[in-house]
Amino acid sequence: MLAARTDGEAGAEDAAGPEAGAAAAASAGASASHPAAADVRAAIADAHRREWAFVLAATARVARDIDIAEECVQDAYVAALDAWQRQGVPRNPGAWLTTTARRRALDMLRRDRTLRAKLPLLIEPAPVGPGQDEAGEADEGDGVIPDDRLRLVFTCCHPALAREAQVALTLRLVCGLTTTEIAQAFLVPEPTMAARVTRAKKKISAARIAYRVPGEAELPDRLDAVLTVVHLLYTTGHTAPAGDGLVRADLVERAIDLVRTLCTLMPDEREVRGLLALLLLTDARRATRTADDGRLLLLEEQDRSQWDKAAIEEGAALVTEALRGGRPGRFALQAAIAAVHAEAPSYPETDWPQLLQLYGALLRAWPSPVVALNRAVVLAMVHGPAAGLAEIADLERDGRLAGYRYLPAAKADLLRRIGRPADAAVAYRSALELADNAAERAFLSARIAEVHGRAG
Amino acid sequence: MAEYLILIYENEDGYVKGGPEVWQSAGAAHGRFAEQVGEKGGKMLGGNALQPTGTATSIRSDVVTDGPFAETKEALGGYYLIEARDLDHALEIAKLCPAPFGGVEVRPIMDMSGG
Repeated sequence: MLAARTDGEAGAEDAAGPEAGAAAAASAGASASHPAAADVRAAIADAHRREWAFVLAATARVARDIDIAEECVQDAYVAALDAWQRQGVPRNPGAWLTTTARRRALDMLRRDRTLRAKLPLLIEPAPVGPGQDEAGEADEGDGVIPDDRLRLVFTCCHPALAREAQVALTLRLVCGLTTTEIAQAFLVPEPTMAARVTRAKKKISAARIAYRVPGEAELPDRLDAVLTVVHLLYTTGHTAPAGDGLVRADLVERAIDLVRTLCTLMPDEREVRGLLALLLLTDARRATRTADDGRLLLLEEQDRSQWDKAAIEEGAALVTEALRGGRPGRFALQAAIAAVHAEAPSYPETDWPQLLQLYGALLRAWPSPVVALNRAVVLAMVHGPAAGLAEIADLERDGRLAGYRYLPAAKADLLRRIGRPADAAVAYRSALELADNAAERAFLSARIAEVHGRAG
Repeated sequence: MAEYLILIYENEDGYVKGGPEVWQSAGAAHGRFAEQVGEKGGKMLGGNALQPTGTATSIRSDVVTDGPFAETKEALGGYYLIEARDLDHALEIAKLCPAPFGGVEVRPIMDMSGG
């Protein structure tokens, strides 16, 4: 737990460097007479990022309603601004915030007995252990507050909610992002996102989606849904769907923080480790994915000496653990593939036969046309572009990847390598029509110009 | 406990084409389902099969028309009212509800007691 937090902190400082510095300078200037104000604000921002899910999850147990819990937690953060300036930042900010939010929730329920009667008890009685108290009143002070973050995550990712609602709720309730921030991340108008979040919360309460971790029988499917949501957060950040920058660092880091937390809370789940490994190994290449001018760099063009060695090392160790003990899942296999790339000394020296084997296993574990496309690309590296093109032709007939920009892009690349520049140009143009990201569009346009030169 | 309505949506052709045998086996399956609700810890509060949509009459702003409210391939053919602990419990029960020519929809009943 401590180790995970320290790592998370280091990563956060890296990415938020200039912004955080500017914010601190601004607040210091604004409150020169109150030297502690900037520190308090920084402590609150830190507690927001690290403790939000814990505080909300623990408060939901008392409030019995996610909406009320959220309101109480927001109030607690506001109260902290004043209290911490007067009394100093507490030793354990998370516990202070939790106690304050839970007290507020209890006050609200006491004031409104009818509300309490009306709210269904969505919280399953937890096995009462040492330091745990169902009423949540005795654990103030140094008592142990049960960690309910898993309940919160599984509730947000319940299969009765649409995938986009699961993603929005996870960002809002587990990561503590505002509706404005979530709307910006997914390029959706704010009222649309607000309506999506409200509707999902209403369904949780009206349909009585229970606030609990699923039992053993349902766990594999339900966990897969959670990991899919986290992976979606990461991939949305990894290649922003539109806009000028290729990567949205905030989403990428939230996703990694979240899967780290899941790893701590579910240490025996191999797929959770697999996902953390996958994200670390992919993210290790982040700095080298675009050139200084924003141009997209392919794996073969990237400066491998600039890859994050610590992240690769941590990811590779996690892969080994995730593959051990039975048939590996899809995240562990994807991580193993990422590890082969990350550990290759150069692009030509990549262990393509091993990759082909791993893609075969992945396709069996997860029969997705996207996996089949990636396997076709690796097949071309092992057995030549013609073999890859044959597989891609099958996928085109299959039709499920219609509108997927990487299909014509992969096809174009193989056609270029096999010496058919005119056909390659047609395929690159199809890919360009489907791409919205500026860096990807620039890359495809450059390739079209290149093959035109060769065709002419 | 809360109340949920299980709405059975099916393609009516299935029963027309299947004849009495399909009808009989569906009857037996529904009989078994009624028992399973209790075995799963829920409670059966009621339920009925509906006459086919050919018998439906719709009213919109006092205008009476022949036919169901919405023409769809899979039409509402019956329902159960059950009591369950929460949505997961209701879904666990609803998964057992026979609907060979379609599927079921689970809807929480709105609590109008105002308490």
